[in-house]
Amino acid sequence: MSLLEIENIEVYYGAINAIKGISFNVEEGEIIALIGANGAGKTTTLHTITGLISAKRGSIKLGGRDITKTPAHKIVSLGMAHVPEGRRVFAQLSVYENLMLGAYTRKDKAEIAESLERVYERFPRLKERRSQSAGTLSGGEQQMLAIGRALMSKPSIILMDEPSMGLSPLYVSEIFDIIGEINKSGTTVLLVEQNAKKALSIANRAYVLETGKIALSGDARELMDNEQVKKAYLGE
Amino acid sequence: MRKQTKNNLITFGGTAVLCVLMAVLSGLGVLDNKTNGLLVPIGIYIILAISLNLTVGILGELSLGHAGFMCIGAFVSGTFSLVFQETIQPVWLRFALAMILGGVMAAVFGILIGIPALRLRGDYLAIVTLGFGEIMKSLAMNIYLTADKNGLHFGFTVPPENIDDETKRELLKGPIGMAAPQDTNFWIVLIVLLICLAVLMLFIDSKSGRACMAVRDNYIAAQSVGINVTKYRIMAFVLSAAVAGIAGGLYSHSISLLTARKFDYNLSILILVFVVLGGLGSLRGSIIATIILYALPELFLREAGNLRMLLYAIVLIAMMLWTNAPFCIRLRERIGASAPMQKLKGFLKKDKSAGGAA
Repeated sequence: MSLLEIENIEVYYGAINAIKGISFNVEEGEIIALIGANGAGKTTTLHTITGLISAKRGSIKLGGRDITKTPAHKIVSLGMAHVPEGRRVFAQLSVYENLMLGAYTRKDKAEIAESLERVYERFPRLKERRSQSAGTLSGGEQQMLAIGRALMSKPSIILMDEPSMGLSPLYVSEIFDIIGEINKSGTTVLLVEQNAKKALSIANRAYVLETGKIALSGDARELMDNEQVKKAYLGE
Repeated sequence: MRKQTKNNLITFGGTAVLCVLMAVLSGLGVLDNKTNGLLVPIGIYIILAISLNLTVGILGELSLGHAGFMCIGAFVSGTFSLVFQETIQPVWLRFALAMILGGVMAAVFGILIGIPALRLRGDYLAIVTLGFGEIMKSLAMNIYLTADKNGLHFGFTVPPENIDDETKRELLKGPIGMAAPQDTNFWIVLIVLLICLAVLMLFIDSKSGRACMAVRDNYIAAQSVGINVTKYRIMAFVLSAAVAGIAGGLYSHSISLLTARKFDYNLSILILVFVVLGGLGSLRGSIIATIILYALPELFLREAGNLRMLLYAIVLIAMMLWTNAPFCIRLRERIGASAPMQKLKGFLKKDKSAGGAA
């Protein structure tokens, strides 16, 4: 049984058919990349999985449990965390408050404190700036905060939407290293990226989205050598 | 002590000291009539401003109908007091029940509006509350309530008929209004104000309050950490409406004749001005802004006669520029960085650390 199973979902924005029947699965411990151009439906797919948008047809299963109709705020406590696109931190709250809101659905105070300590270990910068308001952080730091906040819910799978968007090349490498580390410590990762080269370099498998459909799929290394992918997404 | 707790204690303590000081001064007869007459309305407007700040500053939703909730609280509690004027004794019990009922009714309307309007994103709440305020005003202007030995008689747009003339008591006469018993004095306003302030502070500083601020800062991220967005938006909005209803109850018992015309769009905007100029999300700011902006035109601009509202507008514009214009921000920074200010800051800091050591 896969950890996350997406079966034939279709999503509409009014009359526009944005997702035209997508199926894929994520096994435990993997890093899966969804790549594709602007408007291919990557973010829509993620939002549908996390319940921010509802699918017209198809089913989504997390650990065998149907979550197609589960509202967004209930999905977190089922073990799925979402790092939204564009570094959506709570700008006027402090770094510490942002992280504590990540543990919003958890009850055990001792365990929360332990998670906080782990996040601070992974991101020492956040510890330094814990009482600073999140809006004053740099772009890369905000992205780290968004990832740290997602980790605070102790997820079994973490969904990341364009984590490298708008970051300097130095930070992009750092963020991808962090994603790799998070995966090594046992968290499954579903990654949506426009930066196909970076995404394919850390992913186990990948799916290529084109105008609401899966155009290609397979092992990440093989896709990197695929002529079509090279031409369209890797700029070679 | 946590910074937020300390901040709250300063605001609460400052307000309490100021209120008690004014009450004592007024009791000793030191204040002139004009200032005396301002105390109760200022207290009521402070309650309104801090309650609106919860919706606008903490929740980040624009509400243009706060006067509507005040209107409900005023008329519901006024009617309750008139009906049970003879039956419920002592007076304080009847008055307290009236205010609670006013707050509860305002909260009920808050739920009725909040459930459809707060499920949507965008400016819908502003549009709905704008209409709501006007509807409440028009409704109250057209209701006639008369009591006699047979009970209550209700009429809409026309006075009710078949009234027993001997025991007749007209409670609410449409546009002419209602004369509720004048039970409010500054001590009562002071107590209610401090209770409301404490409740709002505790709410904002709670897990629910932080959830509301998270929704304000980022809707999608709030959902992505597991916050039930609609629930917290409705919770904060209803609390804000209930407190406005209580303020309405205080208001209706503080004036000789309560007319619905008072609760118009201008009143809602006036409260919003207090909140915005005091600083969104800052209860202390709302309190200070209300005192200054309410007392200013009454106390100091009276002599200016026709120029009063013009001067008031200039003060508002100057305050907006001072807080927001880039030039003024730079100017403030330069003043803050200048030598005498640095010396003062250093002095204060030294003083504080010395105090901490002791």
